[in-house]
Amino acid sequence: MKRTPLYNKHLALNAKIASFGGYEMPIQYKSIVFEHNATRQAASIFDTCHMGEFSFCGPNALGDLERVLSSPVGSMKIGQCRYGFICNEAGGVIDDQILYRMGENEFFMVVNASTESNDFHWISDHLSRDTITENLSAQTAKIDLQGPASPKICAKLMEEPIGKIPYYHFTHNRYRGERVLLSRTGYTGEIGFEFYSTPELALKFWDDCLAAGAVPAGLGARDTLRLEMGYPLYGHELDEATNAAWSGFTRALGEKAFIGSGAIRAEGGRAYRLCGLLIDGRRTAHSGNVITTPAGEEVGRITSGSFSPSLGHAIALGYLRDGYQQVGAVVSITTDRGALQATISETPLYRKASGRADIENYL
Amino acid sequence: MVKDDRKYSKTHEWVLRSGDTAVVGITDHAQDALGDITFVELPKTGTVLTQGKECGVIESVKAASDLYSPASGTVTEVNGGLETAPEAINADPYGNGWLFKLSGLNETEFDRLMDAAAYGAFLESEA
Repeated sequence: MKRTPLYNKHLALNAKIASFGGYEMPIQYKSIVFEHNATRQAASIFDTCHMGEFSFCGPNALGDLERVLSSPVGSMKIGQCRYGFICNEAGGVIDDQILYRMGENEFFMVVNASTESNDFHWISDHLSRDTITENLSAQTAKIDLQGPASPKICAKLMEEPIGKIPYYHFTHNRYRGERVLLSRTGYTGEIGFEFYSTPELALKFWDDCLAAGAVPAGLGARDTLRLEMGYPLYGHELDEATNAAWSGFTRALGEKAFIGSGAIRAEGGRAYRLCGLLIDGRRTAHSGNVITTPAGEEVGRITSGSFSPSLGHAIALGYLRDGYQQVGAVVSITTDRGALQATISETPLYRKASGRADIENYL
Repeated sequence: MVKDDRKYSKTHEWVLRSGDTAVVGITDHAQDALGDITFVELPKTGTVLTQGKECGVIESVKAASDLYSPASGTVTEVNGGLETAPEAINADPYGNGWLFKLSGLNETEFDRLMDAAAYGAFLESEA
């Protein structure tokens, strides 16, 4: 089992540790609900050093990535980030990732921990000979600083003004004399940053953020936060056997040709669709639970479920069959401990998140 | 944290006796292991419970767990406040977070439960 550079920090903070993506990761420090609410209302930091980072450059890097990724690459401006899938020929999802355009033909990619090695081999096998690629995962540390108070904390710690970084864009800055990468991204729905640096510098950034008032938050809160936003978690909503079209993330699926695009377009995303579910009451539905109509006809399955700390009742994501995806329709979820009633909802399930707001309003 | 005034089961429930009636809850260790408790399903008033048998459900943000009755008896009252505020179990497992009250307690069964020292040792052995 691997450990991130921040592992000893988690132990010192009495974190509950569990394995995730091949790493011993903090699940919670004080409490999942406390860390969740701190992220929605103030600021929190997440150790995301387990995630993978790759770089690509060379005259054909743009064209190569255009073929490997589902999302449009050529239309990205330098300084922009974009979410997309790495698909197989059958249209299944090998991983979801965020691409950063560093230069005309220079890119940086962030992928999931459990899929990192597989992703790197797959992508490398589909690049031109002159595209230079590097797996930077071991030498790159990442901390997510998230929440409405995070711009103030970030501005205080950076040596240069943080400026007006728009949502899904990035800049470089200086922190303790070194150059760092800051992007307006995250997995919580709140305004915030992903901070990339060397492992040594990340240790200092972690401590500085805590001293500035950010709360340490674990993977437990990360999961409840992303679920309220309807964000997919690889291995739950997305996998190699699930057609990317079903995810409904149409903006991540370009109109270009890419590996898997034929199978994705042939399917059209009609057979199943990922839907948000607002559950009546506090009981949780779990991955694999069957969704039925009130009359008992099986129409889908749950992929993720949890109590929603922000909404005060249970929520879930699940795939629903064609003809049964109507927002507002009532369905039944069969759990090990009885049936739950739920209403199909658009995502995000939590609608008050600050993620896309102008940074100036939070400085 | 373990309290001296009550007895404990191996499934981490406590029983606080007063004559032939008793109050039942889950231990501090149990609430800490579950994390933020979000839902409880408790037996209804009048239900006859058997020691060691399932009598409800406790769900937290990260887990769901069956609740076992630490003693036999008839449910006389349930903590209704937990329906909308189950986090009281996290905040005060031995006080405001009580689950239900029982009457008709069985003396022999009650004596078989662990006292605070034995439960403390049991927690050590499980760690």
